[in-house]
Amino acid sequence: MTQSIPNLLPNRNRRRWLINSVCLTAAGLIGLTHKARATGNKLRVGMTPAFLHNEYSLLDEWREFMAASLQRPVEFIQRDSYRETMDLLRLEKLDFAWICDYPYLHLKQEVRLLAVPLYQERPYYRSYLIVRKDNTQFKSMADLSGSVFAYADPYSNTGYLAPRYHIRNLGHDPATFFRKTFFTWSHRKVVEAVASGLAQGGAVDSYIRDTLVHVEPELALRTRVVWRSPEYGFPPFVSHRSVSIADYQQMQKHLLDMSASEKGRSLLARLNLDGFTLGSPQLYDGVASMMRVFGEA
Amino acid sequence: MRWLFNLSFRRKIPLWTSFLISFSIFVVGAALMTRAYEDMKSAVVISAENLGHTLANTVAPTLLHDDVWRAFEIVRSPIRGESAQTPVQVDAVVVLARDHQVFVSSDPDTLPMLAEPAALGSDWLQLSARLGAATKWPLVLEPDNSNYLYLALPITDKDAKLGYLVLRYAKSVFHPWFIDTIWQALWIGLLVLAVLIPINWYWGSRMAKPLVDLAQRMGAMLETVPEPLPPDLYPYRDELGQLFQAYDRLVLALRDKAALENEMVKSERLAAIGQLTAGIAHEINNPLAGLITVVDTLKLQRDLAPRALRNLELIDRGLTQIRDTVAALLVQTRVQVRPLNQHDLEDIHTLIQPLVSKRRIRLDWSAAMPAELPAPASLVRQILINLLLNAVQAAAEGGHVSLWLGRKDGSESFLSIVVRNDGALLSDEQLAHLFEPFASTRVGGHGLGLWVTYQIVTQLEGRISARNIDDQVEFVVSLPLGEKPCSTASP
Repeated sequence: MTQSIPNLLPNRNRRRWLINSVCLTAAGLIGLTHKARATGNKLRVGMTPAFLHNEYSLLDEWREFMAASLQRPVEFIQRDSYRETMDLLRLEKLDFAWICDYPYLHLKQEVRLLAVPLYQERPYYRSYLIVRKDNTQFKSMADLSGSVFAYADPYSNTGYLAPRYHIRNLGHDPATFFRKTFFTWSHRKVVEAVASGLAQGGAVDSYIRDTLVHVEPELALRTRVVWRSPEYGFPPFVSHRSVSIADYQQMQKHLLDMSASEKGRSLLARLNLDGFTLGSPQLYDGVASMMRVFGEA
Repeated sequence: MRWLFNLSFRRKIPLWTSFLISFSIFVVGAALMTRAYEDMKSAVVISAENLGHTLANTVAPTLLHDDVWRAFEIVRSPIRGESAQTPVQVDAVVVLARDHQVFVSSDPDTLPMLAEPAALGSDWLQLSARLGAATKWPLVLEPDNSNYLYLALPITDKDAKLGYLVLRYAKSVFHPWFIDTIWQALWIGLLVLAVLIPINWYWGSRMAKPLVDLAQRMGAMLETVPEPLPPDLYPYRDELGQLFQAYDRLVLALRDKAALENEMVKSERLAAIGQLTAGIAHEINNPLAGLITVVDTLKLQRDLAPRALRNLELIDRGLTQIRDTVAALLVQTRVQVRPLNQHDLEDIHTLIQPLVSKRRIRLDWSAAMPAELPAPASLVRQILINLLLNAVQAAAEGGHVSLWLGRKDGSESFLSIVVRNDGALLSDEQLAHLFEPFASTRVGGHGLGLWVTYQIVTQLEGRISARNIDDQVEFVVSLPLGEKPCSTASP
């Protein structure tokens, strides 16, 4: 479904995208070399499967709200995997992005922390280990040994790093613990894979699974949470280091003030968030230590 | 079983034709059903092949990259919910790896990932065996004792076989559709039967009825001559109609034969009586002539006492009566031949007129004849007088008598005389003995009139008959015309 976003977006967006493409080409022709500047004063915001990224009308409203608040054009760029969004950031094709904590630590040299969403008033979330509701034999991770397991994304903390860390703490090698593993490239689809029986277990973002219980209870409630990880810092909004201080501050202010306006609150409610806080890189120390265990940081 | 063949045609024809109609409808229906089932199956296979090729191409990259989730999304896409149950609706899509293990399936609950064919049941074992040996694609498999139909295609990438795509179709879904078709066909069949069977029963009974009638009449033929068939019983010219016509001809021939036999018996009896009477009459005539001569001679003597004379006259009258009676019995046709002319008829009319008037009879006189006819006048006169007097006396007071004389249908060789009266009809018994002597039907009649008439007619080689017709008694005489020698009553 996510491959066809341009087709599903309203026509004016497609038109705008076309105009932007033409502008981009024109800018390239007149020799503007700095990629971040190539789009004039338009802000490009990357969205990742860190949240329920198939809510297109919600995204569109948020983008319009953001553009109106910042008084400049805003483009939301969605990709199906974290990796693609990370690549776009590295290539400076994005000014801002909402990414997972794990990629944030990977990209620490290239990005700056902008703001952290508040989920249930706090900037934290966890990893859930879910199994099918009617499958009563699985009570913990140990029971899933030799089963088929669904991970969300190789660059997801809660959907990959945290469960593997847990397996390792249980004294097993995560590479051989399961009979087979696969990635669904989205937390929502992990829930779907487990609910359908394709995988016996799955690792999923607590924020997304809990939100799904409200949005799609018939899907979410076919799964059962058998293990909760410790808390980790919530997936942050980051800016590329090349973004100007003015733009950085303008965007940060917009996010922090979002809960102050009615429209902003209604959008936050639909995102199942309470607002944004400044946050600090220390929030993600727990993830960093897990990464070190796997020799990644 | 034999009783079935012994049944009456009235039952047998409708039964057999009903059976044949039902049997034909059943056989045609069964053939159409089989065809419909095959068509449905081939529709499923065609649809499956199209779907299979599309899915096999789409799913190939996911096999190459071991992307289970994408493969799952692809194989799940053609699966619909319970509501869309059509025969061409695929029940399950399965991707098998090269080693026939399940790579992914649209129904992970029953066909889990990594499952070996052996773990999935005999269907999959058979399928696995066939996949290894298959050279022709798509492979269509309908395992024995299975509720499913399978269609398998290889998944390839540039000639490298990556695995197999298997589509499973539930026969339980297309059975209800097929049963619907069967019901529909059954109702149409019953409707056709409901129309055809009554028509067939009517036609069969109609066909059998004349046959049954014929059989009954033929059965009774030995005891009595049966009636001919009613002409409207079977008015057609086919073999059955021809059979009935032959039967009718047979019946008519039998009736003619019976009538002829009857007539022969009667004539023989009359001839015997004639011989007997003639013999007796001759025996009486000879002494009688002597006696009469003696009495005449005696009467001529003058010295007879008055009393003796009276006795002689008594004897004379008695002898005369005997002679008259014997003369009447001995019909003499050897008379001089004079042709019949119109005056003879006028004489007869005049002669019977007094009796006609006395009994107030209405007489119809229709004598169409030329001036002369080559028939013996005195004998014809006697016949006419006898018949007419007989009729006038037989008719009721104020009744009706008719005479018709002429040549029937313009015949040159026969003279016909028809006399009718409206008196009491003749019984069968009377008809049988009508022409015998002393068989009078009337009080006071001596019963020789018709005897004499019969003798004359037979001696002239004609025919006489009597019958009841239209509430009248009719005598018909037919006499040959022309010069011929007449014989006497005595042989």
